[in-house]
Amino acid sequence: MAEKIEMPKLSDTMEEGVIAKWNVKEGDKVESGDVIAEVETDKATMEVEVFDSGTILKILVNEGEAVPLGATMAIIGEEGEDISDLIDDAGSSDKKQEKEEVKEEKAESKKEGEKKESFDPILGDLNGKGESKEKEKEKASASDDGRIKASPLARKMAEEKGIDLSSVSGSGPDGRIIKKDIEEYKPSEKTKTPAAVSFDSEESEDVKISQMRKTIARRLSESKFSNPHFYETIDIDMEASMQARSGLNEISDVKISFNDIVVKACAAALRRHPDINSSWLDDVIRKHGDVNVAVAVAVDEGLMTPVINHADKKTLQQISSETRELAELARDRKLQPEQMEGSTFTISNLGMFGIEEFTAIINPPNACILAVGAIRDVPVVKNGEVVPGKRMKVTLSSDHRVVDGAKAAHFLNTLRQMLENPLSMLL
Amino acid sequence: MAELQFREALLEAIDEEMGRDESVFIMGEEVAEYNGAYKVTEGLLDKYGFKRVIDTPISELGFAGIGVGAAMNGLRPIVEFMTFNFAVLAADQIINHASKVRYMLGGQASCPIVFRGPNASAGQLGATHSVAYDSMYAHFPGLSVIYPSEPDDAKGLLKSAIRNDDAVIFMESEQMYGLKGEVSEEDDYLIPIGKGKIKREGSDVTVVATGKMYHIVKQAAAEMAKDGVEMEIIDPRTIKPLDIDLIVESVKKTNRCVIVDEAHPFGGLASEVGFLIQREAFDYLDAPVRRVTLPDVNAPFSKPLFDLWLPDAKQVVEAVNAVTYRT
Repeated sequence: MAEKIEMPKLSDTMEEGVIAKWNVKEGDKVESGDVIAEVETDKATMEVEVFDSGTILKILVNEGEAVPLGATMAIIGEEGEDISDLIDDAGSSDKKQEKEEVKEEKAESKKEGEKKESFDPILGDLNGKGESKEKEKEKASASDDGRIKASPLARKMAEEKGIDLSSVSGSGPDGRIIKKDIEEYKPSEKTKTPAAVSFDSEESEDVKISQMRKTIARRLSESKFSNPHFYETIDIDMEASMQARSGLNEISDVKISFNDIVVKACAAALRRHPDINSSWLDDVIRKHGDVNVAVAVAVDEGLMTPVINHADKKTLQQISSETRELAELARDRKLQPEQMEGSTFTISNLGMFGIEEFTAIINPPNACILAVGAIRDVPVVKNGEVVPGKRMKVTLSSDHRVVDGAKAAHFLNTLRQMLENPLSMLL
Repeated sequence: MAELQFREALLEAIDEEMGRDESVFIMGEEVAEYNGAYKVTEGLLDKYGFKRVIDTPISELGFAGIGVGAAMNGLRPIVEFMTFNFAVLAADQIINHASKVRYMLGGQASCPIVFRGPNASAGQLGATHSVAYDSMYAHFPGLSVIYPSEPDDAKGLLKSAIRNDDAVIFMESEQMYGLKGEVSEEDDYLIPIGKGKIKREGSDVTVVATGKMYHIVKQAAAEMAKDGVEMEIIDPRTIKPLDIDLIVESVKKTNRCVIVDEAHPFGGLASEVGFLIQREAFDYLDAPVRRVTLPDVNAPFSKPLFDLWLPDAKQVVEAVNAVTYRT
């Protein structure tokens, strides 16, 4: 018997998936457990396995198209089976809803009809009582003529706030935009597009926004617009860390990078400063029991933040090999959602690009993120003399709802002390 | 403050004005020996005598005409109608004479007269005894129309009405005569004609109602407060001149308005207030103005139908829900 293959829920927050690639074509025979497609979710590209063995009878969605959760992507069954019912069914799952709505409406109008009838014989038109007549009229006049319907007040408020009414969705009857909608309006990614259109030139190109970009846009906008960020920068003498690193690398099986040392130092410092290792959860601030450090990894389309769990309990070697593995998976878009979840702190390192210092946007639900710059050769004053030195600037972005300036400073000082005296990490 | 019945507040006002001004007199059916059909004039005959407290035959046009003539000649008559449903017989005197004397004589004469009595429906009285006339009289230039909802308003406004130099229609309700309320004990307590009052402060919706309708709105407000919706109730007290400034100011605060009117929907207080709000507060409206009125149907006699016909608190709640987008 033919079965529908539906879009599975591949991550907790997923609402739709984009078919990145079909591994099968119509007519292919598949075994249970075969990977038939790769699906791009809001988090990662995931593999979709098939449950039943059989023949792929129909593929309903092209590569690059988005499929809502639970919608039919393909049909599997035995060769030669009649699947026209299933195809109709799949195509009309939206329509089904519509039909139901129509039904409801009918029921409603029937009710109204009954009401009228019950009053008619004696009093004729008594609709003044329930104002149902006015309601009907309202319905009729608000036909969908493409006008934006907004209350006069909402119109005025939008004008004062410089909000484009076409970007506001109305919650009033027939989508009327009302005061509440303007008050609760948050500018979204959508709003800026009209401006871009006017700068159109032949070289311009509209790029489809990938699931990953959407996620980055949403999460970071939320973070930047709702978390009050503040920034503190500290300059760290890296000479001791450099020496320690070259010493370690002589004996270590895996190569230890500066980033690994920064991760390790941060993890150790976070253990001592639980306020930094926290999250704002609206009604409480959670001080996390584990120290899970996310590391920002640049990939083609954007960035990902794989998490090194229990970083404070891992050795430099473990951190190094795990980071490398995760970064590789990230670049291949093979990271699993659980490998990107549960971070309590994030590190973003642009030192390898020669960036001296920068500020990063907090990665929710973390309270802080550390932006790591390059190690520079700089003249420093030691014992009253100018000598060559190795310095690295790090900038901590903190969510002021959770962390105050002095606490952030204490954390940075601990971090500096650890990097300037790597042995202290062992304490 | 003293707690008085509505009728006692009216009596105090008439008594005080008759006491201070000899030109004030009262006439109407049963006002003297019977002490008033609704006992508003109780004791006045004993106090002021037949010369100033005059029983009339059942001839509304006749005694309204006597009143208008007396007013033009310098007296200040109070003409009591047993109900305004009967005053339609005197409509020529009220509409064609009392309201136009000053205008037609180029200010050489005026008509300081008060026509008072119960207005609108009072239970199962049938179609001809259940009409709300306030909006109709408010239509004519030269008439002030007052329709108070509480004893305190009644006293202060009736005294002002008696002192007014032009004709005033002063409306009461059979069902409110026994209504008790605190009344100011201030000496010579006057409320200016044309001044409304915020009877309940609220931030969510402005509800305009006067007379008997004020009381159903009050009921609805208590009900809605349980749901966290705060109604601001404005009682204009005077239908004309209307205190539209007070209403507009409130609508600018709440952005929504419901008018509850005891009259039929066409061309009444509700439509006038609705029009003025859209003109004066257009940019402040977050929802179309709604009204609760009688249907465009004469009063039914049957009790169940009558109850359906008269505006009630439930309809007010429905209208408030609609303008606050709670439905």
